[in-house]
Amino acid sequence: MSFHFTILILVLPLAAFGINGLLSGKLPHRLAGWLATAAIGVATVLAWVTAYRYFFQSVSFEKIIPFRITWLRFTETLQIDMGILLDPISVMMLVVITTISLMVFLYSLGYMHGEKGFVRYYAFLSLFSFSMLGLVVATNLFQLYMFWELVGVSSYLLIGYYYDKPEAVAAAKKAFIVTRFADFGFLVGILLLSYYTNSFDFGLITDPNHAAFTTMTGSSFLGLSVLTWALLLIFMGGAGKSAMFPLHIWLPDAMEGPTPVSALIHAATMVVAGVFLVARMFPVFSFHAPEALDAVAFVGAFTLLFAAVIACTQTDIKRILAFSTMSQIGYMMLALGVSGYAEYGLGFTASMFHLFTHAFFKALLFLGAGSIIHAIHTNDIHEMGNLRKRQPVTHIVFLIACLAIAGIPPFAGFFSKDEILDAVLSSSPVYFAIAAFSAGLTAFYMFRLYFLVFWNRETVYDHKPQESSAIMLVPMIVLAIGSVVTGFIPFGKFVSTDGQPLHIEMNQPVAILSVVVAATGILIAWALYKKASPLPEKIASSLNGFYRVALNKFYIDELYLFITKKIIFNLVSKPIAWFDRHVIDAFMDFTATVTNKISAEIKELQSGQLQHYAYIFLSGVVLIVLIMIFNHA
Amino acid sequence: MEHVPISHVLIVTSAMFFIGAYGFLTRRNLVTMLIGVELMLNAANINFVIFDRYLYPDQLSGHFFAIFIIAIAAAEAAVAIAIFINLYRNIRSIDVEEVDKMKY
Repeated sequence: MSFHFTILILVLPLAAFGINGLLSGKLPHRLAGWLATAAIGVATVLAWVTAYRYFFQSVSFEKIIPFRITWLRFTETLQIDMGILLDPISVMMLVVITTISLMVFLYSLGYMHGEKGFVRYYAFLSLFSFSMLGLVVATNLFQLYMFWELVGVSSYLLIGYYYDKPEAVAAAKKAFIVTRFADFGFLVGILLLSYYTNSFDFGLITDPNHAAFTTMTGSSFLGLSVLTWALLLIFMGGAGKSAMFPLHIWLPDAMEGPTPVSALIHAATMVVAGVFLVARMFPVFSFHAPEALDAVAFVGAFTLLFAAVIACTQTDIKRILAFSTMSQIGYMMLALGVSGYAEYGLGFTASMFHLFTHAFFKALLFLGAGSIIHAIHTNDIHEMGNLRKRQPVTHIVFLIACLAIAGIPPFAGFFSKDEILDAVLSSSPVYFAIAAFSAGLTAFYMFRLYFLVFWNRETVYDHKPQESSAIMLVPMIVLAIGSVVTGFIPFGKFVSTDGQPLHIEMNQPVAILSVVVAATGILIAWALYKKASPLPEKIASSLNGFYRVALNKFYIDELYLFITKKIIFNLVSKPIAWFDRHVIDAFMDFTATVTNKISAEIKELQSGQLQHYAYIFLSGVVLIVLIMIFNHA
Repeated sequence: MEHVPISHVLIVTSAMFFIGAYGFLTRRNLVTMLIGVELMLNAANINFVIFDRYLYPDQLSGHFFAIFIIAIAAAEAAVAIAIFINLYRNIRSIDVEEVDKMKY
């Protein structure tokens, strides 16, 4: 089976980036937009063809490397390749990324219409698609790391798209610095791992029987084996990119970017890169570093609950969705963290399944939010209301997405979330309680949003909000269909820890429980927010302290500011700055001053008097002659 | 034929050289200084010829050097005088002590 064409999936968005980027001043907007969309459209078709050939025409799900070049060779064994690795999770990611990208590219044609820098927008969006695709097909850890940084930079560029808005600039900087900080840990982890294994290649470093792992688990540091440390550091990179607590602070602010960007990058694709990373390294986690896997589960579970609580209190539509994204990624991490290998690998499959379905309904939620924001020009849900009559199509697709994320059958989220709950139950009752409770919270905050926006009171708008244009509605409808049907994919057949089909049965009591919990959440939201009532206010004030803390996102941002501004700046940066100014600079100034003084003194020698020079010259000659004569004698 | 002893010629050329050097160092007029330079050059010329004559009587290298130096000295004098004329046009003087613009 030939997969050589897969290189085109990467080349096409890169070409679109090159053309739009280089000709950004000259291309007409429509042409630039359609060019990028066409490129990603062809890539999408190719990705689907790849998936079809890989999953339905291959006998077994082997790792295939259709393309590979050596990019940098350090030693005989240690080299950095650039290539394409096809295995179940990368093929699945190819499908997700290209499909969601195509929908967002199409949607943006309408949403971004007439914006300044429209061509630049499509250039960056194409760059992002290229980087993300390169990330998931990476054949080795270092290629993954490079594309990882590339998605980081395209995320930075797109968050800061409205660069004349100070909040957008600050948010872009924050996102970049926080993820860069996490990536520092990632890099150290990569170096640690490759130092022992002498390779970057996934084929070698994810082989559980690799000899180096025994030495790595043998030597320990601070009570944990070196391998555990390496994997924890790699997970730190993943946690930063996937906005896991405590590195989550950039994601809510990243919503300053254009809404389609939030849909593509900060909901469906880039933020799940961390999950993908852990999944990619899963054999090593599972066999040699169960402590690191426990950390993944703990961080996932904590973020899951933490973000869900905050999401219940926020009033900015995009921020609610951002916290919801964090919470859902928490599910994925938790599922990976509790997963075993081979026949115990339900968590792994469930995590990938949830990643897949979540991409559809969360992208849809963001595109729906974009459609609403486009119509009424505000993000505040209290300024919205009764939009179901004004935007009937948006209303329907948004409702589908809400039902999907809340986990109501037969929508996609139900199936994937149910598998996760099932996997978590077999591992730990505490985690199960958290996951189930958060499922209820998810249903509650999503339907709080839904009822406040589409029902509740009639709001007076400056101008009559209208339904969005067809170019925006079509991608939303496609994603809505995706949010319904993707749940029926028998995921275990395709994606599992060891490449063998995993038989998954629905656990009836868990399924019933999750539906009951979700329905309870929806009912509470219905009671509180269907009509304008003073009840939510009362509940908020009765929970006074806790509500305020949650509203302020548990003061994590303030804590970061305190640590950086007060502690690091005062105790570290200031002494260093003093040392720089008063020791290093002073030494340089001193040498400069001395040189200056000396030259000022001796410059008088150069008088401009010709005979003066001639006299000195002749004296020199006489002196040399005398020396020669007396030396000779 | 009676040979003039080499020491006699060398005394004459040394005297010429140092008279030229003295003139170059003490005269203020640029033309006079140029004459000093010419004296020094010609002292060197005579030295070339005389050493050639006494050390390698059957060769002519020294003579050629002397002729070569005369040619170069002519060119150098032309350049020097052109500079003096331009200098005079600019500052109405060819006193070397007034030409001290080229310094720090």
